[in-house]
Order: sequence, then structure tokens, then C-alpha cells
Amino acid sequence: MSNYQNIFTQVQVRGPFEEGLPLRRDYSSQPSGAFFSWLLGKIGNAQVGPLHLGFTGVASLFCGFIAIEIIGLNMWASVGWDPIEFVRQLPWLALEPPPPEQGLNIMPPLAQGGWWLMAGFFLTAALILWWVRTYNRAKALGLGTHVAWAFASAIWLYLVLGFIRPILMGSWSEAVPFGIFPHLDWTGSFSITYGNLFYNPFHALSIVFLYGSALLFAMHGATVLAISRYGGEREIEQITDRGTAFERGALFWRWTMGFNATAESIHRWAWWFAVLCTLTGGIGILLTGTAVPNWYDWAVEHDFAPGYDVSSTYVGTPMPVPEALPVAPDVSGTGTLEPALPEGGIIPAPDPAAAPAAPIEGTAPLTQPADPT
Amino acid sequence: MALLSFERKYRVRGGTLIGGDLFDFWVGPFYVGFFGVTTIFFATLGTAMIVYGAAIGPTWNVWLISINPPDAKYGLGLAPLKEGGIWQIVTICAIGAFVSWALRQVEISRKLGIGLHVPFAFSFAIGAYITLVVIRPVLLGSWANGFPYGIFSHLDWVSNTGYQYLNFHYNPAHMIAITFFFTTCFALSLHGSLILSATNPGKGEVVKQPEHEDQFFREVMAYSIGTLGIHRLGLFLALAAVFFSAVCMIISGPMWTLGWPEWWDWWLDLPIWAASSGAAT
Repeated sequence: MSNYQNIFTQVQVRGPFEEGLPLRRDYSSQPSGAFFSWLLGKIGNAQVGPLHLGFTGVASLFCGFIAIEIIGLNMWASVGWDPIEFVRQLPWLALEPPPPEQGLNIMPPLAQGGWWLMAGFFLTAALILWWVRTYNRAKALGLGTHVAWAFASAIWLYLVLGFIRPILMGSWSEAVPFGIFPHLDWTGSFSITYGNLFYNPFHALSIVFLYGSALLFAMHGATVLAISRYGGEREIEQITDRGTAFERGALFWRWTMGFNATAESIHRWAWWFAVLCTLTGGIGILLTGTAVPNWYDWAVEHDFAPGYDVSSTYVGTPMPVPEALPVAPDVSGTGTLEPALPEGGIIPAPDPAAAPAAPIEGTAPLTQPADPT
Repeated sequence: MALLSFERKYRVRGGTLIGGDLFDFWVGPFYVGFFGVTTIFFATLGTAMIVYGAAIGPTWNVWLISINPPDAKYGLGLAPLKEGGIWQIVTICAIGAFVSWALRQVEISRKLGIGLHVPFAFSFAIGAYITLVVIRPVLLGSWANGFPYGIFSHLDWVSNTGYQYLNFHYNPAHMIAITFFFTTCFALSLHGSLILSATNPGKGEVVKQPEHEDQFFREVMAYSIGTLGIHRLGLFLALAAVFFSAVCMIISGPMWTLGWPEWWDWWLDLPIWAASSGAAT
């Protein structure tokens, strides 16, 4: 039990910097600058850099900088250029997309979403330029382009949220605002407006792949650390010439659950789970409001949601909501028990017969979607 | 019978935590062991109770079958079988099966002479489950606060519980948990991609080495954590996601009963804003 579990690197070896391999393509600029970090060396490589920026890297950072500036300056302007209020209210500040009456106008007034469109344009440009980088760097090293295509899956979700779905809905106002709490408000409102996203099968798949990614990385990371005493972290070697490390790792899972991956196939599982998370998530968002106006209704139609007397589908007693709200435990010693929520605070389950739900008190006003019919 | 070509030499006796050689054998690919027997016992009993609950319930639609916790009136006591008692037995069986499974993983790890990282990691998941169905209900004074066992009913429970706090996205521990989940998914995609890109470089290319992997990420984002470090990082990210998920639930109810958006008022009310004209409002 007191074995060394290889959580931290105990002895850090310092040699000369790894300069990198000879490349087959000329750089537009030479990669340069590297240093050692003792702290990073505790868990991984101590060497930081050399970074290679090149044209796309510089252009990407420039576009990203412009986007952040537009967002930040708009937020600052929204508090009257008061620097203290800017910091104080920063989590609540937003750069909102154009209002519904602007439709898909690509040149709305700056204060009515024009800035939002510009920020979105530059952020998108930054992401795509960065994607080109991941592709080019892999090619220059003679590697496969798996990183680039996984990144493309994330860009797909981003584009669905901010570009493709708004176009299908006919209004930029459908898109996500920039801002910390505002984008959370948007997420909450989006789910309620379209009848609870939990009934969206693609949302369910996306969550399965998200949690599945955490599960896979916990399983894989733990397995490799457990077999690191046999050199298990040298995965390419174990893939091309399996050794005792991955034999033990594979047998661990075979004996545990009757099935095992191999040193290579576990990374295919990993790649697909991570990629499918954003891929299915994007499909789920794309269908919402365009093909399916209300996911709860859709679920009732397809026999996987209860009709709204939820309690009738349960064995025994109804769900403890909303009659049996959680009650604050008596921690103060005053002997009083207060209901968990102020009166009227609970949000009723969406009524399938009603129009899209009103905005929740305490959240930002919801931008009403275009009539789904 | 050992099935993989290299498996036979690893199938040795010993490493058990309890019972010596008793149950120290395999069935097909599965190792049994004492904790395999207890796993089967709890899993079978729990599954049977779920099927029984479904049988006396209103539907056989798998999406809608739900085994519900007892009503609040039973507090922390035992409920009659058909009014939440089934849920209580299923919960006990689930915890028994999960803990047995973890201990069986310990035995298998010992047998193979490898570290105990996997059962350690799995214990975080067990901890999160126990937090939801035991610790939080106990702190709130009623088993009614557990979640129902059903595919869509547990999603309804998540919805309803979330909206009791108006907008659960404002729960700071929930924010941290989601951030860790997204980061885990991101890191997993990078790790999976990198290994596949080095070993599947395309036609006419030879398989690459960790030097190439390091150089790729150094060039792209200035840092490559390395072959060992990525597994430490991945395990940490995944476990942190689970840990903060449990935290975000344990503070909802036992420690904070209002809407989560209101929780952030402390930030707006910090004394450091006094110099600002707007802070008085």
C-alpha cells in the first residue's frame, strides 16, 4: 500500500533544451524561446517552448485580440467607462447580439449588435486560423491530422451556436451573447424556451459523451499511471511492440469487466468520445427551434416523456417536487425552519399547451425566438 | 480459460484482500474473488427490486420506468416497500455493488502488480453517488431528496432540483465542475488525437516518436506536458470534475437555499468598491 504511486516527478533531470527535430518545410519564422519551469516539471515536462507562431499564429492571435478588445470595450462602455464598476460588474456585463428586429442584417448599427457581429467575425477568424495552424504543424512533422479534425468538431458546435442556427432561424438575436453570466442566462433560457433540453436526444448523447470522456480519461489515466512502473506511459512503443505494461493494463479491464481495449484502441475510444461530444451537441442545438419547437412535446409524441401528470408514472409516491421542497436544516439553533424558496420562486415544469415560457425571474430577459411555425 | 495469447502467465493465485484462495478463480474473462460474489449478490438483488418496482408500476416503457424515493413524510425512516422502500433497498444494493466492485479492482490490481489508481479513481464516482442519495438527503432530513432511478425521471429530478435554485448555472461549484468536465473532454481529445496521429501518420510515413509529439504541442501552444504528465493531468481533471459535481450538490440545500444568482451579491457588496459612484446603489 505504501508503494510509490507516481503522482509527482520526484527527481527532475535538467539537460540542454530539446531543440526539436529537423523539419521538411521551411518556417516562415524560426521557432524560438524556451525555458524550464520547476513547477510544471512536477507533473510533466519542465520545458516550455519553443513556440512556433508563423503567419497563421500571429494572425490568429491578432484576430483574437481584436475580438476580446471589442467585447471588453463594449462592456466597459456599458458602465459609463467607470473602471471600478467595470471590474465590479464584469461577470454580469454582456455584448449582446442584434435585437430580433434586425433579423439577419449584417450591417446593423454598432450599438444594436454591430459590435457583436464584428467580435464574432474576428473570434471566428481567430479560431479558423488556429485550426490551419494545427493542420500545418502536424503536416510539417509528418504526423496525422487527428488533432485538427478533433478541433474542427469543437468549431462545428461554436459555429452552430453563433452562426448556422441563427441563420436558419432568420435572426442574429438567436445567437449567444458574449459575457460570463449572460451566456449562462442564455443557456438556461434556451432550454426553457424549447421545452427542456433534457428531452433533446442529441443533448442527451452529448452529455453521455461528455461524462463518458471524463470516465474514459479517469480509466485511461489511472490505468497508465498504475502500469507506469512497467513503462506504460511509453504508449507508442506499447502500440507497436506490446510489452508487459499494457498486457497488465489490458488484463486489468478484461478481468474487471470482461472486455479490454488495447494501447492503440483506447485512444480511438478517447478520440471518438471527445469528438462526438461536440458533434452531437451541435446537432442537438441545430435542431432546436428549427426542426423541433418544443422538446418536451416531441418527447411526449415519441413516447419517452410522461404526460404532464408526472406523478402518475411513478411507483409509490409522487416526485417530491414541488410540494416537498428541500427544507433548510436547522443549523442556526434557532429552531426555525424556512422553506427553501421564496414564494413563487420555483419554476413550474413547462406546460406543453402554453406558449414558450416567460423569462425566469432572476435571469436575464429572454430573447424571444421567432415563431417556430 | 485464459483467452488472450499472453494471458495464461498472468493468471496466478494470490493478491486477495479477504478469504485467501476462496473464490480465487476466473469465469470466462471475469475474475471472481470474494468481492465478485458480493457484487453479484447486490447487483442481482438490486436489479430484481427494480424489475419488481417496474412490474407494480404503471408502465413497461423503459424510458419511463422509475423507482422513486419515499415521500418526505417518512423523513429519514424506512418506508413501506411500495412507497419508496424499493428505492431504499435499491440504494443499499447499489452502494454495496459499487464498493464491492472497487474492492475487486483492488484485488485485481494486486494480482497484476500494478498501482491502485483505478479503484482510487472509481471511489470518487462512488463518493458522488453517495453524496446525492445519502449525504444530501440526510443533511436535508428526508430520503425524498434522493433522485429517482429512471432514465427520464432522473433528468426531471435534475431539472426540478436545478430550478429550485432559479438558475443552477450560477452555483459556483457547478461552474467549476462544468469547467473541469469541458477541460477533461478537451484534454482527452488532444491526447487521443496525438497518439493516433503519431501511430497513424498516413501513407508512406513512418510511425513517429514522443519527440514529435512534444514538438507538435510546443510549436502549437508552447507547451507539451509529455507522455507521463498527460495521464496525471487527465486523471486529475476527471476526478476534479466529479469531486466538484458532488460539492455543487452538497451545498445546494444544506448550505444555500435561495436562488444561486443571489449568492453572487457578496461580490457586488464588497467594501473595496466604495470609491465607485455606482456602488452605493
